[in-house]
Amino acid sequence: MADVRLRQVRKSFGGTEVIAGIDLHIPDNRFTVFVGPSGCGKSTLLRLIAGLEDVSAGEVLIDGEVVNDLPPARRGIAMVFQSYALYPHMTVYDNMAFGLKLAKHNRKSIQDRVRRAAAILQIEPLLSRRPRELSGGQRQRVAIGRAIVREPRVFLFDEPLSNLDAALRVQMRIELGKLQKQLQGTMVYVTHDQVEAMTLGHRIVVLNGGVVEQVGSPMELYHRPRNLFVAGFIGSPMMNILAATLVSGDRDGATIQVAGGQGLTVPVAAQRLSAGAAVTLGVRPEHLSEAAAGDMQFAGEVLMTERLGGETYLYVRLEDGQEITVKAAGDTGTGTGDRVRIGVQAAHCHLFDSDGAALERMVSPPVG
Amino acid sequence: MKLHTRRAAGRMAFYLLVAVIAFYTVFPFYWAVVSSLKTGSALFNTNFLPVHPAWKNYVAVFTQQPFGRNILNSVIVASSTVAISLALAVTASYALGRIRFRGRSTLLLVILAVSMFPQVAVLSGMFQLIRALGLYNNLLGLILSYMIMALPFTVWVLTTFMRELPRELEEAAMVDGASPWQIITRVFMPLMGPAMVTTGLLAFIAAWNEFLFALTFTLTDNMRTVPVAIALISGASSFELPWGRIMAASVIVTVPLIVLVLIFQRRIVSGLTAGAVKG
Repeated sequence: MADVRLRQVRKSFGGTEVIAGIDLHIPDNRFTVFVGPSGCGKSTLLRLIAGLEDVSAGEVLIDGEVVNDLPPARRGIAMVFQSYALYPHMTVYDNMAFGLKLAKHNRKSIQDRVRRAAAILQIEPLLSRRPRELSGGQRQRVAIGRAIVREPRVFLFDEPLSNLDAALRVQMRIELGKLQKQLQGTMVYVTHDQVEAMTLGHRIVVLNGGVVEQVGSPMELYHRPRNLFVAGFIGSPMMNILAATLVSGDRDGATIQVAGGQGLTVPVAAQRLSAGAAVTLGVRPEHLSEAAAGDMQFAGEVLMTERLGGETYLYVRLEDGQEITVKAAGDTGTGTGDRVRIGVQAAHCHLFDSDGAALERMVSPPVG
Repeated sequence: MKLHTRRAAGRMAFYLLVAVIAFYTVFPFYWAVVSSLKTGSALFNTNFLPVHPAWKNYVAVFTQQPFGRNILNSVIVASSTVAISLALAVTASYALGRIRFRGRSTLLLVILAVSMFPQVAVLSGMFQLIRALGLYNNLLGLILSYMIMALPFTVWVLTTFMRELPRELEEAAMVDGASPWQIITRVFMPLMGPAMVTTGLLAFIAAWNEFLFALTFTLTDNMRTVPVAIALISGASSFELPWGRIMAASVIVTVPLIVLVLIFQRRIVSGLTAGAVKG
């Protein structure tokens, strides 16, 4: 197994720069997830590592070796594609054995490797079938099996679960996690689904517009987003973003005045800002409560409710017109049109400066 | 009129139309078969079934000229044309369909333009070329000249088909370590089977039936292909046209085509539609 290192990697298609100079270290034997909105360059970055695209500038290193000029097959990688890309005219066995046959392995070792991979993925009964006779989940397993038999240094996954239905996706997600532990491999996984990123990744790389916004463990990104983009992207439903003004701030906390609300002292290091500066308050729906409690309260009117059974999301319009989402109890009696008071706890709040960069939080929840 | 009577009338009209078309297309062949079994003055009777069916004409076709040799020539020329043009077209379509390069669409248009010239327009130039290459009265000359008819068509159809094949399939093969040649032969060609059968068959039929080049570029009886051989069948005197033998020869050379089409019938249909709808 091996680590992957990117040094000032750039990629342009025609005049458009898709990857704008990325430095990144993908550690050995870890599950790393690239996540970001469509068009952020995450798939391109994966394809640059795979060698399916050539870098415009910079270096890609796998296991310390520069692989810029090596074709995909010689980089020691295996890739699982979104559409599975199984060879339709070959049986499952032949699909998995194809790469080994091309590499001129002997029949015995091919057979051994395919059987072993098939056993791991529990697809032994399917070996003589053709892809069109398989369900989506089975095809996905075969595609992963084809990657395993190559015994690669790095596994690359390009949104492999997005063609599956919701229930199957959850199941495959759990299995992929188990598989990583079993294979002890370096895995790089691209997805636009932040839930997949949070549940699968040891490390998440948040990409936006061809640059890395933040790298960290799932809990790090959740609790200490470096900027507004990451704060908004990680967590579902999205973090509430409210305009505010700094009243006073030092290294121990910032007192702010929320537009149309009361004052609140947030435990963040605010010494770099001066009083009167425009700031942004971020607070997640799950950290708001439908109660006249907490360090500050908002008053507003419920525009809409979403009842999911275990929990209820309230979409509330505050008195100054800003809208927020609140996670309430599943059995809450609050309905559309009701006037509610929403409690905020200062310890759970995030504060961002006018450029969207986060102020460092004093409270330090475990970040794994 | 009631709905179901109107429907029945519509259906009848449809089958009537089918019957007319079938009659229009099949009758000439039927008449050829019937005529080939008649001899002498019976040819000029309008009997729909031969009164005294005789195989004499079929024997005479082979005894009075080297018709076996002519059939062999046609088989050689048509199959070589198909084999060479498919091999060239598959590799060309990979480049034209999968690889981006400057001038790709211009190249495709030029290839199409080649097939737009009428045969007569290229005839004299082609004759010069074939003389210069020393291929006059040689089957190689015919194969070469038929390629200008077969290639534009096969390249275009296969390029369209190649474009439809998913890109990720090729990338998966690249990750598996396949060279471009292996991608073509081991991944794409098996998937292009229907398209190749269809285009190959159409190229075969075109080469099999071609007359003008075959007439111009061959000199001796032994080098002729069947369409020319049939046209040059002559009777004892210049005033006699041996219809019986001509018809017998026509039947002999039509049967292989019918057999081929019947064998590949289902694949042709899937090949012709596969380009339009993703397979």
